Amino acid sequence: MSVRDRIEAKLQEAFAPAHLEVVDESDQHIGHAGWREGGETHFRVTIHAAAFAGMSRVARQRAVNAALADELAGPVHALAMKVEPA
Amino acid sequence: MTNAAETIQSDIDSNDVVLFMKGTSSMPQCGFSSRVAGVLNYMGVTYKDVNVLADEEIRQGIKDFSDWPTIPQLYVKGEFVGGCDIITEMTLSGELDQLFTSKGVSFDKDAADKIREANG
Repeated sequence: MSVRDRIEAKLQEAFAPAHLEVVDESDQHIGHAGWREGGETHFRVTIHAAAFAGMSRVARQRAVNAALADELAGPVHALAMKVEPA
Repeated sequence: MTNAAETIQSDIDSNDVVLFMKGTSSMPQCGFSSRVAGVLNYMGVTYKDVNVLADEEIRQGIKDFSDWPTIPQLYVKGEFVGGCDIITEMTLSGELDQLFTSKGVSFDKDAADKIREANG
């Protein structure tokens, strides 16, 4: 399973989002810090879920970071995200 | 508290706005840090830039301090506001203006409006 697919599966399971988009944009960071051959280092997540209602922006991102702790500790160098209540 | 945490606490206590970043405000070393520094520079906000690349203890220490895994990190009046995505969203929505106003941090409102016009 690709890192992108793992991120998608974990977010799906954790938040049952109404909208979820995970894009591997590692190719846009070739040569930058953290990039490596083969990519799978830089991702962009857009997620809308009712689970985020009433949470501050910081709390929402913390929740996403917690769900992806293994990936962030491992292969993922950068995770840009837009987290909205559904 | 560790030395790193004491240094961080002292920085955010003694400066209204602090940006922990890779590189410096005039020479950012990372696209995400560059974006936030660029917004603050353009809005004419006075802030202290802390280059985490210059100090490995601070680089790890700030992540532990705020329980936030990435750099950059913006603090206003001792309070953690967010990283690159959050600052970008707050700039475009006008929330950053509101935050600076409520905290008594001066900034160029016209410049902030120009950012929104250019990205609207």
